[in-house]
Amino acid sequence: MGFVSFRGKDIISILDFSKSDLETLFERAYSIERSKTRGLNVLRGRIMALAFFEPSTRTRLSFTTAMKRLGGDVIGFSSVEATSVMKGENLTDTIRMLDAYSDIIVLRHNLEGAARYAAEIAENPVVNAGDGRCEHPTQSMLDLYTIYRLFGDIDGLNIGIMGDLKYARTVASLSYALTLFKPNKVYYIAPPPLKLREEVLKAIEKRGLKYEEYDNIEDVISLLDVLYVVRIQKERFPDPMEYERVKGAYRITLEFLEKNARKNLKILHPLPKVDEIHPKVDKSPYQAYFYQAKLGVPVRMALLTLIFGVEV
Amino acid sequence: MSVEPHRLIVPKIHSGTVIDHIPAGKGLRVLSILKAEKIRGQRIALIMNVESRKLGKKDIVKIENVRLEEDETNLISLIAPTATINIIENYEVITKRKVQLPSRIKGLIKCPNPTCITNAPNEPVKTSFILISRDPIKLQCEYCKIIIGTEGMVLVGKL
Ligand SMILES: [Zn+2]
Repeated sequence: MGFVSFRGKDIISILDFSKSDLETLFERAYSIERSKTRGLNVLRGRIMALAFFEPSTRTRLSFTTAMKRLGGDVIGFSSVEATSVMKGENLTDTIRMLDAYSDIIVLRHNLEGAARYAAEIAENPVVNAGDGRCEHPTQSMLDLYTIYRLFGDIDGLNIGIMGDLKYARTVASLSYALTLFKPNKVYYIAPPPLKLREEVLKAIEKRGLKYEEYDNIEDVISLLDVLYVVRIQKERFPDPMEYERVKGAYRITLEFLEKNARKNLKILHPLPKVDEIHPKVDKSPYQAYFYQAKLGVPVRMALLTLIFGVEV
Repeated sequence: MSVEPHRLIVPKIHSGTVIDHIPAGKGLRVLSILKAEKIRGQRIALIMNVESRKLGKKDIVKIENVRLEEDETNLISLIAPTATINIIENYEVITKRKVQLPSRIKGLIKCPNPTCITNAPNEPVKTSFILISRDPIKLQCEYCKIIIGTEGMVLVGKL
């Protein structure tokens, strides 16, 4: 059963999980959502160590909230302290220390593969909260859960993913996660320098995901049930002029949606967003990213209870 | 009177390992990844640009008194996929085998991604690559997931 496959396990890549694992997680998240979880005490006495070598507000706070709502405790540091507290200490020793102090480590690091390596060192479970451009598996768990809650299913949907597909780890993880289901088609929309990386393409092809790649959102917007937007950063462009030229084409406005999109289109975004979605969209029925962010807590609560093997 | 100007005088070895059918020019590279402690002090011949029916020209490495094991010689295929390994005893070839890449290679190949954890300066982490395609050779870093071919591959350390 799915229950067994989470227990004591590291959460490094979404590719380590099956469809039934994710369905188990979704069921658990849903039952947590429905119950009033204030005062759940199932993780009393357990300590989560947060090791955030890179800035993050949302993911860090959502893990913290999830752990505290389950009655557990949280220790750790964020990027600001990391530079001073860990002066000269390598990741290996930091992980050893946190492993000795806590029952689970949640790690965000700027280097790809850091979480996998940390999991090799630590005896307790390690949760990857983002490793460089590689992966962010708990984000894709909540992304899929959001779609599942909005549409009741992931199979059969047309899902667009737009923005910096090359460097966004949320895009890699979401793409891997989608291969576990049967969406009708996934449409990738990005400027040529920011298309999907080779290893992501190879993985989704091997796993039979039906997808197409586009340069322009205009070409596919009318087909989509879901549009997942990620930010395009200026620094990613070798040529700043190229960025200036394309940036407008990857911004979503309410006028554009009203003219072209399906009425029931839902827009998701891992947040924080900057200017890739016009603020007017925030108050429209297309907006689903605040709801998505909110679901981060029940999904992470569900994940923690499954890793620790406790019932709720 | 006939002469054989292309013949080099490299005697047959009594016992040891002959790495044959190395693409011309790669012999030195093959020699450089062999475990130093295993071949130290032994008589070694590197013969380059020998005529070969199969390859046109080839290199050969002969190592006296050392029997290279399969897991050691298999990694030679990263440099010389055509290489054959002959184990010699009493001037006779007792084992002949082709090199074949293993499905996982630990600690030999440098990951070309500068932001891979295996390139962090102070972490004692060895690289690990999974073989995802044999022809052409494609390997994937187990840590950062980058896919590489043998072109421009940087080898660190020894077999
Ligand atoms: Zn790597």
